[in-house]
Amino acid sequence: MIRIVSFFMDLIDIPMRHAQRYLRGHSIAWVFLFPNLVLFGLFAFLPILLNVAYAFTGTDNIMLWDRTYVAGENFAALTACSNYLDANSCELDLFWRSVHNTLLFIVLQVGIMVGVSLVTALILNRRIRARGFFRSVFFFPVLLSPVVVALIWKWILQRNGLMNAGLEQLGLERVVWMLDRNWAFAWSVFLSVWAHMGFYTLILLAGLQAIPRDVYDAATMDAAKPFRTFYRITLPLLMPTMLVVMVLALIKGVQTFDEVYAFTGGGPGSATTLIIQYIYETGFAGAPRLFGLASAASIILALVLAALTFLQLKFTRRNADG
Amino acid sequence: MNRKLELASGAVLASLMLGVGAASAEEIRLMCSSDGNECEAAMEIIQRFEADNPDVKVVMDKVPYKAILENLPVQLAAGTGPDIAKVTDLGGLNEYYLDLAPYVDRDYWETSFGDTLNWYRSGPDDDGIYGLHSQLTITGPYINKTLFEQAGVEIPAADADWDTWADAARQVAEATQTPFPMAMDRSGHRIAGPAISYGAKLFDENGDPILVDDAFTEYVNKFVGWHNDGTMARDVWGASGGTSYQDAAQEFINGELVYYFSGSWQVQRMDSSIGDAFDWEVVGSPCGAAGCSGMPGGAGFVGFKDTKHPETVAKLIDYLAQEDNYAELTAKSLNIPAHSGVAAKGVTYIDASQKANDALNAWGAQVAKILPVAFKYQGYKNNRAMFNITLARVSQAIVGELSVEDAMDRAKEDLATALAEAGK
Repeated sequence: MIRIVSFFMDLIDIPMRHAQRYLRGHSIAWVFLFPNLVLFGLFAFLPILLNVAYAFTGTDNIMLWDRTYVAGENFAALTACSNYLDANSCELDLFWRSVHNTLLFIVLQVGIMVGVSLVTALILNRRIRARGFFRSVFFFPVLLSPVVVALIWKWILQRNGLMNAGLEQLGLERVVWMLDRNWAFAWSVFLSVWAHMGFYTLILLAGLQAIPRDVYDAATMDAAKPFRTFYRITLPLLMPTMLVVMVLALIKGVQTFDEVYAFTGGGPGSATTLIIQYIYETGFAGAPRLFGLASAASIILALVLAALTFLQLKFTRRNADG
Repeated sequence: MNRKLELASGAVLASLMLGVGAASAEEIRLMCSSDGNECEAAMEIIQRFEADNPDVKVVMDKVPYKAILENLPVQLAAGTGPDIAKVTDLGGLNEYYLDLAPYVDRDYWETSFGDTLNWYRSGPDDDGIYGLHSQLTITGPYINKTLFEQAGVEIPAADADWDTWADAARQVAEATQTPFPMAMDRSGHRIAGPAISYGAKLFDENGDPILVDDAFTEYVNKFVGWHNDGTMARDVWGASGGTSYQDAAQEFINGELVYYFSGSWQVQRMDSSIGDAFDWEVVGSPCGAAGCSGMPGGAGFVGFKDTKHPETVAKLIDYLAQEDNYAELTAKSLNIPAHSGVAAKGVTYIDASQKANDALNAWGAQVAKILPVAFKYQGYKNNRAMFNITLARVSQAIVGELSVEDAMDRAKEDLATALAEAGK
């Protein structure tokens, strides 16, 4: 076995020795990077370039050479609004409804997610009984597929679901949650928080455990009250981690699609249609398939995500620099 | 050692020969999706074709319906599609179809399948033969007859209009404490029949699509009104968004629905799921000012021009189209025949119950009531765009995001955008 391995090592050694002889200094690094660069270029850069090309072309043809150059028509159509706060005043009202929904979704989802994750992390950081078990319980939904999460909650909340059975047992009226725009939206936010909070709880828990114990000991010696300890010690020292969590949750929130799509299909009406669903339906599920419009919308989304990623990098760097 | 070497060489040689054998067989990939057992029923006939043609191997990929609607068109555009597929976007995928005409008996096909051949064509100037319409469907209603009897409400006559049916269904639901008086599948195709009965033209005098006119708006107004007053189950159109399909078959099967507007393809499901739990019946489409029309539709087998084996593909589809095979497929899958010869002789649905037989005969009788505009709509290549637009905008009107007038205005704009994009 060793012989076979060393045979192949020797086989590679011959061209590498030649390469090192001719490509001195930093140039040899490119030889090692080449296979990865090819894959990265093929599966990351090329699709980005294609996406940009599609955004500036029209027709429902999928092949680029069959498409017509339309300049910025797709972007113009997406941004044609007399009042950006009123989707009905926009040429593509469904796009703006999805933008409004996404904005409200991330404000609620990120706020609730960070709050609930923080409370959960604080509880799980205490010396409670079966702490390991509870940590697993809160992390478990993260392991589930988004579609499974959606179906579980759909079954719970449907007309004849578990929730209504429970309400009836308590002598209360049934509620058809998914028919009401506000309830459908609220439950979409809830299930997204339920599915992902375990991940953020874990990050915050790590942040909490990184706070030196002696700071708390000093606070105890000074007879500091628990709330004051939390407000003056825990929160400031946890803030860098919380900022990272917030930005990560924000990026993830903007990208939300599968669980909400499987849960509500974007309805009732367009009440829970988020921007990724709009892109998906415009580009793939609709007829004709408006690849250009979907690409233009995805570029706008990418710019927003790039700005959020920039923020994350900035916060992470500041955190690393102390 | 020599013995081992001989054995090893023999094994390698045998596997090489098998490989050559396998490589010489023509493999035909068939993408199939079905509400009932149509794929399995087709496969039984295909196995006989394979026996007659030992050099042909047919591999059936059974996929969800969504894959036929969303993945297949992308695969075809990218040139990676199957050789044959069972499709429902009949005219919409025409650009990828293999013309079977050079390989089949045109007269037989024209005589047997007549108008349905047009549904697969690109337009009036196209005389190609592209698809075998294996599943002719008609949209229309099912009623829970037992609930009518329990409520003591008379079943409306065959020429009753939508208002009469709505009143009757409401009375039955009230008397029997049934949750839903009426429901219609969430589909742009389903709502088209009633709108056509109300006089919707869908196309202008030049044959260009318009979708919305006064009659269409009138029906949508009624439809939205029925959702608001609780006549129609809001859970179907009111709870979903986008272009997602939603039916109410389970509610009907559970006995929670009095009147269910769906289509003939549900017969098998109703038959097997309801059994003797209650009596159900197929009644004709309610009438409007223009008639009592449902929408024709269905699915068919088509070959694709990117196939490496066009002759075999045509031969296989032609085999399925032969009268005996077609009759067998129709009988086993409980479908209405699109083949004039099979229809004329009548189909004996051997495995079906009496109830299913009655239902299928009732559906068959509805074919004559289908208005010409419904056939035209079904054959129009961009009809899926119109179905989707109807779906999205009518849903918005139902949940109150838009008024019916605004929804119809938006539908007109959406159609203009879609047609401009499709025609560029």
